[in-house]
Amino acid sequence: MEQTPYEYDVLVIGAGGAGLRAAIEVSAAGASCGVICKSLLGKAHTVMAEGGMAAAIGNVDERDDWKVHVTDTLRGGQYLSNPKMAEIHAREAPARALELEAWGALFDRTKDGRILQRNFGGHRYPRLAHVGDRTGLEMIRTLQDHGIHHGIDFHMEYTVFRLLLDDGRVAGALAYDRERGRFRVYRAKAVVLATGGIGRAFKITSNSWEYTGDGHTLAYDAGADLIDMEFVQFHPTGMVWPPSVRGILVTEGVRGEGGILLNSDGERFLFDEIPALYKDQTADSAEEGWRYVVGDRDARRPPELLTRDHVARCIVNQIKSGKGSPHGGVYLDIAWIKEKISNSEDHIRKKLPSMYHQFKELAGLDITKERMEVGPTTHYVMGGVRVDAESQMSTVPGLYAAGECAAGLHGANRLGGNSLSDLLVFGQRAGAYAAAFAKEHGDVRLDQASADAGIREALQPLERERGEGPYQIQYELQDLMQEKVGIVRVESELEQAVEEIDRLSERAKAVSAPGNREYNPGWHTALDLHNLLVVSEAVARAGLLRRESRGAQFRDDYPQKEEHFGKVNIRVARGADKEMVVEEIPVEPMSDELTRLVEEMG
Amino acid sequence: MAATRFRIWRQEGAEGEGGYRDYTTEVTEGMVVLDAVHQIQAESANDLAVRWNCKAGKCGSCSAEVNGNPRLMCMTRMSDLPTDRPVTVEPMRAFPVIRDLVCDVSWNYEVKKKIQPFEPRPPDAEDGTWRIAQEDVERVQEFRKCIECFLCQDVCHVLRDHHLHDEFVGPRFFVYNAALEMHPLDTGDRLSALKQDEGIGYCNITKCCTKVCPEHITITDNAIIPLKERVVSEFYDPLKKLFRVFSGGSAA
Repeated sequence: MEQTPYEYDVLVIGAGGAGLRAAIEVSAAGASCGVICKSLLGKAHTVMAEGGMAAAIGNVDERDDWKVHVTDTLRGGQYLSNPKMAEIHAREAPARALELEAWGALFDRTKDGRILQRNFGGHRYPRLAHVGDRTGLEMIRTLQDHGIHHGIDFHMEYTVFRLLLDDGRVAGALAYDRERGRFRVYRAKAVVLATGGIGRAFKITSNSWEYTGDGHTLAYDAGADLIDMEFVQFHPTGMVWPPSVRGILVTEGVRGEGGILLNSDGERFLFDEIPALYKDQTADSAEEGWRYVVGDRDARRPPELLTRDHVARCIVNQIKSGKGSPHGGVYLDIAWIKEKISNSEDHIRKKLPSMYHQFKELAGLDITKERMEVGPTTHYVMGGVRVDAESQMSTVPGLYAAGECAAGLHGANRLGGNSLSDLLVFGQRAGAYAAAFAKEHGDVRLDQASADAGIREALQPLERERGEGPYQIQYELQDLMQEKVGIVRVESELEQAVEEIDRLSERAKAVSAPGNREYNPGWHTALDLHNLLVVSEAVARAGLLRRESRGAQFRDDYPQKEEHFGKVNIRVARGADKEMVVEEIPVEPMSDELTRLVEEMG
Repeated sequence: MAATRFRIWRQEGAEGEGGYRDYTTEVTEGMVVLDAVHQIQAESANDLAVRWNCKAGKCGSCSAEVNGNPRLMCMTRMSDLPTDRPVTVEPMRAFPVIRDLVCDVSWNYEVKKKIQPFEPRPPDAEDGTWRIAQEDVERVQEFRKCIECFLCQDVCHVLRDHHLHDEFVGPRFFVYNAALEMHPLDTGDRLSALKQDEGIGYCNITKCCTKVCPEHITITDNAIIPLKERVVSEFYDPLKKLFRVFSGGSAA
């Protein structure tokens, strides 16, 4: 099965914001760069990001700076973030945003012509640079259009299923082409994982088919550590009706523009559930909340802009207590602002154009006139590959990770808007350090035997003529994760989930997807199963070990925060017998300066 | 709703002989064409090839022709289609088929590479930033909404019927040119390329592209016509022509 490998100094896996930003940096450093992506260029999940990119530029409120941003991020992450990463992120996000403008991105403007910033949950000041509600599209297109002139090779519609190692160091990857089923071998001195998240392990998700935990699993299989896998973000507002669109994201920007959440009794229930940590920063009345929305600097933010973990849980409680909407959600109302401004319909269409179209075309509903029905949807995983804060290198030499598939910045909960800036800040760093690593370290040897073995293994589902198909296992896993490892967790159910995942993993080993190699979605699903099962097991086991409720993890049997667990991250790695090892490790220490800042800002 | 009939294009490889195959599947409330295609894939055509991603009209992957109309399958509701005859689903016809509903759109990526990239003027402020009025941003934002679904390319008769892919870049890339030419910071000049290499003259403004754009970009009126006007005033303005003769510049 000898094949001529494609050779690069740095191979980037994934072409969303983080992958593209990394690739641009690699080529700027004079290193050769290949990018492999599962879809066509420009279609990655970044395109779905709506609200904006958090960067403390201070254009709208000059009191904002990196110091406020880092403390907001740490508080939002319930102090489980890697503090050094949070600091780097807050310090460098403004430069990354401005650089995007130099590459052609056009953000909305302030009256004096600077980049406009909007309010978002958990951010003390208006901080999100944005373009209406399609900021992700602006970002990915800017990076794409800039990147295509940098001599980067793009391998579109290829899926990586195995990393290759040379004496413990990363040496390349194996991939297959979706349309034709051909294999490709890549040799590289360094590899950057930028594969995004794991949403497809759950039944209701805002994520596309691509989000099957590829980077997490590639790293895990190669011997790298994962951390924080128990923290899966359920975005409070996904569409719930009609059934075929269930889970599709409704941007937090709707609430940023004044949208309010109501139960079936018409009560604005979040006013009754403001957590102590945010009491001082949250409005007392609807009137104060509205003043905040329209930019009164003395007003505090409305409770709809509390962190996502909290809002999602409150929505679940409303639904459980019988105060939900007809299709199992609650109401999100932006149309009400007609009481406050005269041209509200135009205003909504202008500020939230893609939300307007999404509801108009998919649900036949006019958000300028009617209330939306929304409910939580699996959106983002805070956990991922454990990386060095400065370089983004994993615990495997030469293997880097950036963006959603890396962990450390967001801790127990991510603030909205901190993802787009994460992609750029750490994509840039991963690219720079990977290129430097490739230069400093010599060539790698490609182990042909292990490449051949990887390919043979990948072909097995095609060759098994008899056996269970892959879809049933995938559906059962998604149901299981949704039911037992979802927003509200409890020990007995998590234990059942771990056992059940073990049984599903055994079934997955004997799965059959006969047919030819050319575009065979059954075969692709069979290969994805391994990734989905690994990340699902990691989420369930880490969730089991963390016997407390914090951030995105809510344990019904341990509903409070426990001091002990505020000092540890959960590490997941593969043991000597390929069993999954889960253990506590201490949270990275905070510098004296940061400790002081956190104390000052409360 | 109930059992609905579909006629779906099946084809193995670019050289393969394609044809319609009939399928039936149960359509329920709120379903879009992409849901139905996936359901058929799961029930009775496991190897049916279809490209998709976001399923929310934001990525532009699932372009196809539904009952002969270029559409995003994820944004075409079944309830908006007539039920008295089968729903026809076939790949975009302006590009070679790879398999079934998936076609090879790589030509578009090659075209974009040849267009002169963005080149900003020097920053306006000492801190390296620019000052731009919101109204100048808005003029270009319309073009920047493009999700690169290539439905406008599919419907354009210069590409679809006359196959002038070597001489004409198509509506998508006139929109792209317009976004750059009208970008408040850009200093590039793409007019001669538009005239000579990109074939803007071939467009006879039938507005088919505007009609199919899922992002409702007014492609013809707001992008192509202004570009045509700029090309005309650059190359056919008698005063400019005279000026070029005397200044020794190359005449168009």
